[in-house]
Order: sequence, then structure tokens, then C-alpha cells
Amino acid sequence: MSVLVYAESTDGKFKKSVFEVVSYAKAIADAVGTSVTAISIGNVAAADLASLGNYGASTVLHVASEQLKQFVNQAYASVIAAAAQHSGADLVVISNSFSGKGLAPRVAAKLEAGLADGAVELPQINGGAMTVKKTAFSGKAFAITELTSAKKVVALNPNAFEVRETGGSAQVEAFSPDIPATDLTTVIQDIVRSTDQVSLPDAEIVVSAGRGLKGPENWGMIEELAAVLGAATACSKPVSDAGWRPHSEHVGQTGIAVSPNLYIAIGISGAIQHLAGVSASKTIVVINKDPEAPFFKAADYGIVGDAFEVVPKLIAAIKAYKGN
Amino acid sequence: MNILVCISNVPDTTSKITFGDGNTTLNTAGIQYIVNPYDEIALSKAIGLVEGGKGKVTVINVGEASTEATIRKALATGADEAVRVDAAPRDAWFVAHQIASYAKDNAFDLILTGRESIDYNGSQVAAFVGELLGIPSVTTAKKLEIEDNTATVEREIEGGKEVLAIPLPVIVGTAEGVAEPRIPNMRGIMSARSKPLNVIEAISVPVLSKIVSYESPEPRGNVSLIDAGEVEKLVDILHNKARVI
Repeated sequence: MSVLVYAESTDGKFKKSVFEVVSYAKAIADAVGTSVTAISIGNVAAADLASLGNYGASTVLHVASEQLKQFVNQAYASVIAAAAQHSGADLVVISNSFSGKGLAPRVAAKLEAGLADGAVELPQINGGAMTVKKTAFSGKAFAITELTSAKKVVALNPNAFEVRETGGSAQVEAFSPDIPATDLTTVIQDIVRSTDQVSLPDAEIVVSAGRGLKGPENWGMIEELAAVLGAATACSKPVSDAGWRPHSEHVGQTGIAVSPNLYIAIGISGAIQHLAGVSASKTIVVINKDPEAPFFKAADYGIVGDAFEVVPKLIAAIKAYKGN
Repeated sequence: MNILVCISNVPDTTSKITFGDGNTTLNTAGIQYIVNPYDEIALSKAIGLVEGGKGKVTVINVGEASTEATIRKALATGADEAVRVDAAPRDAWFVAHQIASYAKDNAFDLILTGRESIDYNGSQVAAFVGELLGIPSVTTAKKLEIEDNTATVEREIEGGKEVLAIPLPVIVGTAEGVAEPRIPNMRGIMSARSKPLNVIEAISVPVLSKIVSYESPEPRGNVSLIDAGEVEKLVDILHNKARVI
């Protein structure tokens, strides 16, 4: 069983989530005694392509076609399926990113492969079958899913598997599969990406605030705390519903599920829907003036206190620590 | 415009999720079922798009007879008619085949789903149906407008958005921002009873995966409280003990 991994590039660069999926693919390949082939689509520098070897890829197939410079899920899925055929892969690993979610089902359908998305750890491999632990019920549970098909697709959650460096370098090969014109009817009109902010789904630290902040004008200290920690900002549902913050920051059962190393919740009571979206966080800190706030029961560390007093002190303390 | 909206029947967001039979089945006692919240956004958008006699909205659900209360709610909200594919929704692959099979025989300009269901969180159905029908798909849309047989869709990406122009037909998974969820009014509730709800048989689909068991997240230990006057202590713990900063 050979393993193919899709290395998603953003503005020609690989993000940490790519190193995570390549490391994950390598760990599976080692377990079954095979190698990892990566597939990259679009403008990426040769040195960056070869650097995927440092995470376990032996070969990198690179598609440099002009018409595939920008992501279109139909066309990219055709490329990945062709790469799976080309490399004889029985398993395709994809990051469960926004683009990955649009790709993985198409790749799986083309290969008639079973699909497990939202994987949180390495699969158990038992002969030709594979069981994958994946998130379900929006973080309230995990479903152990068995892929019974000959070919398989797994989409790995961000921050679920650690990056492992191997010191290797990959061989880069040009790859140019035929893409049907019907895959290319979508026109990308604009891409807006803030470059100065950490993106929420793959952030290692998240600073999140709720109605306890009283109004959108008070978010300055939340943004400052996030900036000193290199964190992404987030919010609870009532806050995005009130229009204080954009919907893209809403963490919870009907928003984004996050899995950072550190989640700091400020002025959020901890409704069951919110807790579902943060349960995969490694460490949770809660700051709330109400000692009865349910969030304290789901936290590792807590401070009972007024956010308007505690947060500025915390910013000063972190600045002092970073200064040392 | 002829629009198909795919709805799933899911546990209410306030539900506590527990399992029985050796962690192999969901305990449904006491659970209220609702229209998946993202599907409500899809439905509300569809109703808005056809308002004023500009088309028809059909909702489709793959489920057993027990889901009909949820389907009637969608009709009360404003869908014109409903189809129930009579089968337990085994997984997204199975559900997508049922939807694609129905859509093939009924020319839809637009198919909408929620971006994911809040039970299995697959985000799979839109892209599966797109692939099975050979049409474009968008999995997480924040905005959607239709003009001159073209959908303009804002898609969520990490840290931003992408604006796409896609010729119809297309299938779009909707998220917050596409429409405000509509609430059924009394007239809607009364008229829902007389709207058509057709039950059709499921097609057979090969099994590629199955859920063998469930696990609940490990409970966290007791919270360690730190005095509000000693935030330095928190920083020290996060650095030296938790090793997260």
C-alpha cells in the first residue's frame, strides 16, 4: 500500500498543516512498510517542494500548469486521483482544511474509496481494513470509522498530529495529467486573505471572548492579547450574532471547531454548544467574573475576575515574560 | 428557478451526546430532533431566491418516517414540496447517492445543503453530489447570489475568503452569512399540512465505510484556580507546566 499526500499550498508556500499531513502519511507508510509520494499543484519553488522530504515524502509530484494555478476543487480532485493512479496509492491523505473538505469527497468518489474526515490520530491498520478515530457531534464525541474499501481517503484535522522532521530530501518530478475542460468552469474572481492575522482553524493559540466584554468597542485588549501571544482571535455565538465580530470568528457547535494548544476564553459563560467547539484544545484557560460560569468545569486553569482588570495585567505579564 | 434543498434531521444543539450498547449506538432518549442549523440557512436562502413567484423549492431528506416532523417544519418555513428517501442515512456517501439519483431526474438549477451536519460533521455531501452529478460544488459558502444563470459565491478559506463565479447548475454548502434563518409563521404551519411530501425508495449503494463505535472526549481534571492578582503565576504555568507558550 503506497501513500499519497496532498500538499496544499497557500500563496506558493506550505503551511504547518502540510507538514502535519506529510508526517502523518509517513507514520502510516512506515507502519505498512511503504513510501510517501506528495502531490503539489501550482507555483511552488523547487526548494520548497524538495523540503517535503524533511517530513517523510520520498517523491513530490508537481503540477505547474497555468490553468491550475488557483484552487478549483473539481480540477484539483482530478489531479489528485490521477496522481493516486500514477503512484499506485491505496491511501490518500488530505488536510481537513476548507479546501480539503471540498476536495476529499471528490477524490474519494473518483477512486471509489471510503472516506474518513476529521481524523484526530493515526489509524489502526488490520490487514486491508483501517479504523480511523474522527470527530463527531461537533466535538461532543468521536466516531471510530472503519474503511472497508480497497482504496481509502483520510482527511486529518489541523493540530491533531505533530510535525516530525526526518532530515530527508524529496525527489521532485513534473506531473501533467489531462484535466477535462468541464472541471474548469469555475472562475475565481477574487481572493482576500489577511496576512497580518493568524488563521483560526489552524492557530496554535486562540484568544476568544464573549458577551462579558459588553461591546465591540472593547475588543482592543483581546486583539492586543492575541498579538502578544501570536494567537488568532475568536468569539462566542451571541457575539457574532450581535454583529460585534464576524461569523468567521464564531467558535462552537454551529461555528468553527478549533483544536489549539491553548484556548483562552474571556467573558464566555460556556454553553454546551460553545464547549463542543473547543473540547479538542490541549489546554483551556477561562477568565470570568462569575465563579459559577459552567466554563470553569471544562477548563484546566481559571481566573475568577473582571476581564477589564485581568486582561490588561495578563498582557503586561506576557510582555514581561517575552521580554526575558 | 428550480431549487433543491437537502436537509438532515439532527439532535438539537443543547443535546448531551451519550452512547449505549457498548458505545455502538446513540442514546436517543430525551433528544429533540431539529432541522440541521446550516440546512435552515440553505432553506431560508432558497425561499428568498424564489420569492414573488420566481421558482420552486423542493426539500429532500434521507430518513425513516420519524424524520417527517422535521420535514414538515421545512415546509412550514416555506418550501413548496418535500421528498423523503425512505432509508436510514447510513453515511454521507449513501445520502449523496440518494440526492444525486433524485436530482438527475429533476432538472434543478441550484442544489443547496448546509456546510455540514452538526452530528457527523462530514462536510461531504455537497462535494459528493457535485462529483456524482458532474457539476461544480462549493463546500463552505458565506455569501451566495444568483444572476443570469451564474452563482456568485464567497467561499471561506483560512484567514479570508475567495469569490467565485460559477455557471449553474451548482451545489453549494451554506454557512452563516448566506441568509438569516426564517421562522415558520402560523400560516406556514397551517399550509405545511397540505403540501406534498412524497416518499420514494432508496437506491442501493456499495458500503465503503462504517462506524464501529463511539467515544466520548476524556473529561478534563478539576480546574486549577489562580488568583486574579497573580496573573504572572498563570504565565509561568502556561510556559513551564502546560508548555503551550
